[in-house]
Amino acid sequence: MSRGKRVLIRLAWFVASLLLASLLIFAATNLLPGDIANVLLGTNASAEQVEALREQLGLNRPFPVRYVEWLSGVVVGDFGTSMVGGQPVSSIIFSRLEISAWLVGLATIGSLVIALPVGTYAAMRRRHVDGVAVSAASQVGLAVPSFWAGIWLVVLFAVTLRWLPAGGYVSYWDSFTDWVRHLILPVAALSIVQASVISRYVRSAVIDVLHTDYFRTARAIGWTRSGAIWRHGMRNISISLLTVIGLQITTLLVGAIIIEQVFAIPGLGSRLLLAVTQRDLAIVQGIVLVLVWAVLLINFLVDVAYQFVDPRLRQEAT
Amino acid sequence: MRNASLWVGLTLIAVVVLTAAVALFWTPFDPTANGPVLLAPPGWPHVLGTDAFGTDVLSRLMSGAQICLLVGVLSVVGAAVIGVPVGMAAAIFRGWVGEILGRLSDILYGFPALLLAILFAAALGGSTWTAVMAIGIATIPAFVRIARAGTLEVLSQPYVEAAELSDVGRTVIAVRHVLPNIAPMVWVQASVSFGIAILSEAGLSYLGLGSGPDNPTWGRMLREAQDHIFSTPLLALWPGLAIAIATLGFNLLGDGLRDVLDPRLRERA
Repeated sequence: MSRGKRVLIRLAWFVASLLLASLLIFAATNLLPGDIANVLLGTNASAEQVEALREQLGLNRPFPVRYVEWLSGVVVGDFGTSMVGGQPVSSIIFSRLEISAWLVGLATIGSLVIALPVGTYAAMRRRHVDGVAVSAASQVGLAVPSFWAGIWLVVLFAVTLRWLPAGGYVSYWDSFTDWVRHLILPVAALSIVQASVISRYVRSAVIDVLHTDYFRTARAIGWTRSGAIWRHGMRNISISLLTVIGLQITTLLVGAIIIEQVFAIPGLGSRLLLAVTQRDLAIVQGIVLVLVWAVLLINFLVDVAYQFVDPRLRQEAT
Repeated sequence: MRNASLWVGLTLIAVVVLTAAVALFWTPFDPTANGPVLLAPPGWPHVLGTDAFGTDVLSRLMSGAQICLLVGVLSVVGAAVIGVPVGMAAAIFRGWVGEILGRLSDILYGFPALLLAILFAAALGGSTWTAVMAIGIATIPAFVRIARAGTLEVLSQPYVEAAELSDVGRTVIAVRHVLPNIAPMVWVQASVSFGIAILSEAGLSYLGLGSGPDNPTWGRMLREAQDHIFSTPLLALWPGLAIAIATLGFNLLGDGLRDVLDPRLRERA
């Protein structure tokens, strides 16, 4: 099968999974028992009021009709209107998307910056006390919830040392320094925990490289251990890292929702949680859809990138 | 030292299970009753102090172990009972049935427990049961993957080919030959998933999407502690520590089991 054909098949599955995900989300909020008109109006509402709101929200029409209407709106960027405030959901999403994207993007970079050297070190010193200690530390890091790490970063750097703000967000248009200062702690909380996951993958990928023939040859012709890994191993390591980052993006997005809450950051996550307490299903559906589609898109891109980075797949293509 | 992971893991889990068991019959104070002394520091009679409502922190912590284990057991067992047969079926019925089952589980893989829980909470209101449902459903794909990969490996063995030739049905092959052989992998996955389930439950109850206020959970305790972070930071220590100990226990157990059951991975794990 040629590479082009493989990419096309993946594209078809990607589109199918976008559709299925949207169906699951719409079904979860619309088919589960619990009448949202009742909830929105409270217990004192009369039967006529509830019926009028059901009519107004379009809840009386059949499910497939509502789903198709919602989805055809979404495709052109219309996510409906908020059931509580009446604003367009799309403008709510777009105004907050950027903040969450910064958080997740910077945390991805931060976790790689920590995990690559730490994982490589743990692999090369795996038979020494310090290497084992690093592995043990990453094992502990896996068990720490990122929001707990966030709370302790606040205790240390905001409450005790007073170096950084304990929460909130400032746009970089207003003050670049303040923007950075407000992002340091939340990004650190996400990165540290994420890095312990990724460093374990890095460690095992580097150990794999240490056992290869080409590594032994590189050593034999005079490369140092780290030199040989850097020169010949990195490409192999980066291939396995690509997969890990694809898988980890889900954890990172979820972590960001919680971290936004810890640091009172006005991103997609905190808006989503507000919508849940208000039972504003239109906003909940819209934001969850954007997040799940983002996960699927990133995994699709990783999958396609794989086809180009991995020389074994490239050879097969010719 | 070879199985240090296994033994440390089992010890940590034993501590959590014992705590939960003791809390069924006895806690130093009522874990849900408010008391007169607010935000007391650790001492006597409140060993770990009291929270902002005057409730004994140790009692709440002990009682929190129950919800943590309850949600973990229900969601992981539920996910395994659904995921393992589906994964086996995806491998045994090759062709479009297998392909579709595999792809479906891949899509579900993109649905983290938290987002599912948010959808359920938005429609039904948050509770222990929506948390179990969300974490359970989000855990299914992991079991599907592991069962599918394991089954494909077993099916390529000569003894399965022999069984096929002797005209034994697919169900019989699955139950008699495949299941016992993939069981070790399923146990490892169950342990790892249990650790993830504990973290997810903590996250959900931290966000207020899990169990109600009558059930003290470690996540909820952390959320409440955060309001008093400037005056009594110690309050935020204990529940986080409890979450980390329980999660570490199951992660280490998973690693230890993998070492025991698959010696080839010993060097890498």
